[in-house]
Parts: sequence; C-alpha cells; structure tokens
Amino acid sequence: MTLSLAGVGYRYAGASRPSLDDIDLELPEGVVVGVAGASEAGKTTLCLVASGLAPRTVGGQIRGRITLDGEEVDAWPMHRLSQRIGIGFQNPATQLSQVASTVFEEVAFGPMNLGLERDEVVTRTWDALATMGIDGLADRDPRHLSGGQQQLVAIAGLLAMRPAHLVLDEPTAQLDPAGTRLVADAIARLARDGAGILVAEQKTDLIAAVASTLIVLADGRVVLRGPAAEVLADPRLPELGVPQPSAVRLELAAVAAGVGEALHG
Amino acid sequence: MAGSDQLTVERGVPDFLGRPGPTAFHRLNPLTKATLATMTAIAAVVLGGLLGPIVLVTCAVLLPALVAGVFRQLVRTAGLLALPIAVSAFVVNLFFFPGAQQVLVRIGPVTATAEGLAFALEILVRILTISGAVTLFYLTTRPADLVLDLERRGISPRVAFVANASVQTVPAMVDRAAQITAAQRARGLDTEGSLWRRIRGVLPIVGPVILGSIAEVEERTMALEARGFTRPGRRTLLWAPSDSAMEGILRWGMLLALVALIAVRMTGTWR
Repeated sequence: MTLSLAGVGYRYAGASRPSLDDIDLELPEGVVVGVAGASEAGKTTLCLVASGLAPRTVGGQIRGRITLDGEEVDAWPMHRLSQRIGIGFQNPATQLSQVASTVFEEVAFGPMNLGLERDEVVTRTWDALATMGIDGLADRDPRHLSGGQQQLVAIAGLLAMRPAHLVLDEPTAQLDPAGTRLVADAIARLARDGAGILVAEQKTDLIAAVASTLIVLADGRVVLRGPAAEVLADPRLPELGVPQPSAVRLELAAVAAGVGEALHG
Repeated sequence: MAGSDQLTVERGVPDFLGRPGPTAFHRLNPLTKATLATMTAIAAVVLGGLLGPIVLVTCAVLLPALVAGVFRQLVRTAGLLALPIAVSAFVVNLFFFPGAQQVLVRIGPVTATAEGLAFALEILVRILTISGAVTLFYLTTRPADLVLDLERRGISPRVAFVANASVQTVPAMVDRAAQITAAQRARGLDTEGSLWRRIRGVLPIVGPVILGSIAEVEERTMALEARGFTRPGRRTLLWAPSDSAMEGILRWGMLLALVALIAVRMTGTWR
C-alpha cells in the first residue's frame, strides 16, 4: 500500500499565503522518508496533511490529490483514515488519553474507540506493546513514565490501530538521548516489519540512522530530495536551516584539518 | 500492517485490569458507593438537629470507613476539605445569629449566643457529614471505574470521556504547576516567606499553567481524532466493575429512604 501526495498545497484558515505548495511524495510500505527543514518550513503542516488531520480537524484549504493505493481519501472520515495512517506528535504527554490508568488501557484506547470485538482489542494491544518492546510496562500508570517511554506508549497506541503508514512529527523533540535512541530503534523496527513511515525531524543524526529517503522543505516547498545519505551531505543544508549530521560535520572537520584521508582509513 | 504481521501474541485480558479492591467496601460497585455518598450528603441537609446527622455520619461514613480501613485518612482529608467553610460558617453563626437572645460571651463588639452555638454546631455536623461522604467515595473508588460503570449502563462514551478526563486533569495540572514552580524558583522567583511574597509568586506560575493547558488542547484533540475517538457508536469495554442484584436493591432502597425522609420533613410529620 502506498500513500501518495501529488501537487498538494495547503493554506491555514485566515493565512495570507499557503504553508505547503506543490508537494509530491510517495510513501510505500517498509520505507522511512525523512522530512527536514528550518522552523516554519512546513514540516508539521506536511505531517497534518499527510495524516488527514488537515483540513479535517484543523480546517483550512487543501488542493492536489492524496491517495492510498490510487484511491482518493478526501471523503474518508478521520476515524476511517486513522486505521490506515497513524500520526504521532512531539509532546508525548498530549498524546495520552488521560483516562487510562494503565499502559495497557492507554494502548487499547484506539481499538476500543473502533468498537472492535473485545478479543481483537486485546490481541492488537498485546501485539502493539510487544512490537514496541514495552509489554513489561503494561500495568504501569502511563503518566508516571519517562518522556521516552511515554512516546513509545503513544506510538504503540497508534500501532494498535493497525495503520499501514505512520506519520511522526518530531517524535524525539522533547526527549533526552536515551529516549531518542528508544524511538529511533522503534522506527527502524517498524519499518522492517513493513510500515511506511514519514518522520519529520530536526535531529539529522536520527534521520541519518533511520531514513532511506529525505526531503528538505523551505517555505512550504520541497527544495532538496533524494537518498538520505546524499541529501544529508549536501553543502546547502546549513543555509536551509538544517544542521548537518555529526558524521558529515566530523568528515568536513577532518578534511579541513587535512586528515580526511586518514578518517577514511 | 505496521507491527502486526509478525507478532500475534496469544494473551488475554490482563488480570491487573479491574483488580478487586482490598476490602468488601472497596469491592462494592462504584455506583453503589456514589449513591451512598450522594444520599448521605442530601440527607445531611434534609435532616435537622444534631442527633440525626450524627447517627447518619456514624452509620454511612465512619463505620464504612472503618470497614474499608481508611478511617484515619478519611478524618484527616475530610477535616482539611471542610475546614475553611466549616470554620467560617461556625464563626458567623456563633457570633451573628439573627434574633439570638441568650448571651454566652462578649468579645469586643461581637457576642456569642447560645442559639448561635446550637445552629453553628448543626451546620458544622452537616458540613462534616457531606465532606466525609464525598471523601469516603474518593478514598475507596477510582473515578475511572465509576465512569466505566456508567458507560456500561449506557451513558454516551463522549460524556464518559469528558467526565473522566476532567477528573484526571486535576492531578495533571498539579504536576505541571509543580514543574513550573520549580522552573520559576530556579530563575529566582520567591514563592516562600510572607503571605504577600507568596501571593506575588503565584502569578508567574498560574499564567503558564493555564496558558500551557489551553495551548495543548489542539494537539490533544488531534491525538484523539487520530485514535478513532470521533467514530459514532458504542466503544468496546475491556472490563466493567462487578455488580449484583443485591446492590441494585440497596441503591433503590437508599433512594426510596431519601424520598421518604424528604416527604416526612416536608409534611412536618417529624421535626
């Protein structure tokens, strides 16, 4: 199943100019596409549009085509689309339902909303917990977990909806290095299991670790696109407000110091 | 599908969901405990005098609290909860009871009267009964269990969510306030010392707590949408608190007793 955006533009209600313009994007299953860009470049808006929340929940005007395996999804209600495309946000605390007293109930919240058979809800919940490697936390109060663990719970809650695609908007923005590592491992594992993942991130080290393709946004338009390793080595990245990953910076520093050859062995 | 094809773990509903409470009172259906608390609070107002409310608080609050093993906690919490209103109501009635004749003591311009003392004691017992009934409910029942039970009985899932989320928001805001207080103090804000200093210290904390909560609303709404919350129809419930025919009879019995009490009081059969 492939999520496709073709010529997509989006303008928030009351905004004088579009936040996204002429975006083309293909997200097949099992592939991680990274999205980078300076602040206000359109990363979050792209995530909202790709997940269907914009304009359904956010409002505003959209143009272009969004399809799942060729089928237009414009008329789909959010609860239907959410079973195909899950979206996670940067603040783990706001993604918790606030009404679950255990991690198990938190992860089960989505399938319960879908009115599935109880056994199906339970199976999906255990599967999602196991996939994220957090089944040991099942009886814990989600509000008392670390930020990294809460983010894993939030992603498990999305997985329990059994979407083919995940859209993650800066999932590690509020996490420490340990939490970032947990989420990065989870993204890589999910992609191996067949999920198509669109991940918007400021941390280019994370993108370098998980993404196979990268697009860079500026003023709502795609300005760089290609294999992640190539785009991340592009010298224009700093001008676009995107920090180069540490491996690239190390290499540049080594070259500047005249030890580039030694670095490559 | 994401994370689903390779793993299908054969595990049932975990036994920690709906784990029975430690005592027989804890194990009562949440609606039964809510009915007891509500009926007790209303009866405390309907009943006049001192004896009625004292018998009521003993039978409906203190004895159940002993059975539930929360007696000391109940006395402490209910006392603290009732303290501000109880003290002010007691003082106002003791010193300013209209038309009182029998003077007990004069303190400067104000006079404590026997009629005022009698009425103040009645009010005090009523307030403590209401506070005790509510506290007993919260000490022995998780709000989420009550909401789940009401949802099983047919209440709208959205109403249930709003009720539950509202209750759960309080500790979340307390946590947020503690974090903001710590952050502001780290930047030199003085939140200790005299009353004036404490009041001055509150403003830089209240603003971020409230504005931060409002700012999160949109993201919370989107997160709920992304998890199928707006789907019409019933939700699946993983478990619901146990109930019995006996408890149903008990609830109706409490309701009928209250109706009878109100009728008796209104017709003046018993004063």
